[in-house]
Amino acid sequence: MTRLEKRELRWGIFFILPWILGFIIFTAYPIIMSFYYSFTDYSIVQEPFWIGLENYRTLIKADDLFWKSLKNTFYMLGFGLPVNLLVGLGLALLLNMKVKAMAVHRTIFYLPSILPEVATAILWVWLFNPQYGLVNAILSWFGIKGPGWLADPAWAKPTLILMGLWGAGGGMIIYLASLQDVPQELYEAAELDGAAGWQKLINVTLPMISPVIFFNLIMGIIGTFQFSVQTFVATGGGPAYSTMFYGLYLYYNAFQWWKMGYASAMAWILFLITLIMTLIVFKSSARWVYYHTGGQ
Amino acid sequence: MSLLVSKYESREPWKLRLKRKAIIREILLQCLLIFLGITFLLPFLWMISTSLKSNEQIFRFPPVWIPNPVMWSNYPKALQYFPFFRFLSNTLYITTFNVIAAIFSPSFVAYGFSRIKWPGRDILFLVLLSTMMIPSQVTMIPIFVMFKKMGWVGTFRPLIIPAFFGGGAFSIFLMRQFFMTIPQELVDAAKVDGCSHLYIYWRIMMPLSKPAIATLGVFAFIGSWRDFLGPLIYLQDERQYTLAIGLRYFLTQYGAEWAYLMAASAVVSLPMVIAFFLAQKTFIQGITFTGIKG
Repeated sequence: MTRLEKRELRWGIFFILPWILGFIIFTAYPIIMSFYYSFTDYSIVQEPFWIGLENYRTLIKADDLFWKSLKNTFYMLGFGLPVNLLVGLGLALLLNMKVKAMAVHRTIFYLPSILPEVATAILWVWLFNPQYGLVNAILSWFGIKGPGWLADPAWAKPTLILMGLWGAGGGMIIYLASLQDVPQELYEAAELDGAAGWQKLINVTLPMISPVIFFNLIMGIIGTFQFSVQTFVATGGGPAYSTMFYGLYLYYNAFQWWKMGYASAMAWILFLITLIMTLIVFKSSARWVYYHTGGQ
Repeated sequence: MSLLVSKYESREPWKLRLKRKAIIREILLQCLLIFLGITFLLPFLWMISTSLKSNEQIFRFPPVWIPNPVMWSNYPKALQYFPFFRFLSNTLYITTFNVIAAIFSPSFVAYGFSRIKWPGRDILFLVLLSTMMIPSQVTMIPIFVMFKKMGWVGTFRPLIIPAFFGGGAFSIFLMRQFFMTIPQELVDAAKVDGCSHLYIYWRIMMPLSKPAIATLGVFAFIGSWRDFLGPLIYLQDERQYTLAIGLRYFLTQYGAEWAYLMAASAVVSLPMVIAFFLAQKTFIQGITFTGIKG
């Protein structure tokens, strides 16, 4: 290595040093410790006590709530996530058309997604109030008697999905950015071939933005397993544990019941599940995600 | 002659028809967008409407849209229901440091990942990117234990200090992408003049990266203002609460005071709306720029 190369190496490490330290302190060390804690009984007050695979065994064999939370989370993956992705995509396609005052329209759909989730959760609790809420009042104009929404175990999850749609603007804006990158020539070529509107959508638009659909899907899967502020504030996991999701149950175990070892075991099972799901999506992506390799 | 006229006439209606088709399309799309837009705005309008109502009107059926009388006094009252100004100053304190960190930390690290060539750089950058895939739950518990042992739980430090260690993979990635668009000749010329990397970073790259830095600053402001889980885990004393946590505290204490709850929610949401309108361009550019468009 020449003197210059050595000097550059030193400078390089100097600049990334904050990240290296952060990586060791806030990522690498915690991952190792988390794995260790998952084999212990640990309440913070006492030192961790090694119990081997006991946490994992209890979770899988004896914890009904663990399975319930997993089932609830898969319900959201199966219904909530696709609906949210489709609405985000639909809005983006609509807002990508050339009409007047588009900036105003876009703002209206995007704004709800950046409001503080606590505030929106409280607002929705009020809107879905079974007796005095606006939603049931509007339904009653059409002679429909609205359900108990968040108070009804059968309706709580669909209600949370509906609440989530108000934040679909977050995904929409990412689709929108990529829609504007689709080369205009492709549409012109398709038009010359006599393609109708929906044919252009299926054969040009969707393939061109498929990497972004892929990105939103992966982020959506990881997000569904996270702690949800809306759920925590709106239902806290109830009624009858119908909205006890994986991230929420993990939070309760760790920070309400101080079962740090148990919660760490949950975190590793979660890691494994998201890893497998991400791998499946990655594998399948070769078939449906189109990367244009020309140029860059 | 008649043939010519008819030819001439037949061409005009064709153009007219096209134009009419465009107008109809515009009207139909506008109607659809306005209808959907109103649906999206309704919850928001209902929040404002409820926040200005008297208790008697809140529970009236069928619901009233325009409050009568308009209870402006709900706002000052709502802010007295919980220590609003204390929560506000806590939130501003945490937010300020996070914005400062977002301006300096990711750009500093990104410089080392983009503008200096050294062996191992690209491998470490892959490591950095792969940390995005690690669910936060895996690291959350040991980090809490660590801060607990350091005696930092119950202080603002766990919500501030970590932001100074690079500011997260996403921010570093965004800054690096931006630095790559700045011509290498500028850096080379400065090097020939004998400038150090610190000088190039500070006097050349930073001034040229204002748009990207502004984006990260706005993201940090919004992220930190909205943050819920962090303060929920680390703040224990009521006097330290942020607005996000305080709002939930309000809900659990005075659950049925809907007018005050809506007023408080509106006040806590307002800075997000203002930030969005002030930095709309920066915001959209930032999202477009992250390179996730594939």
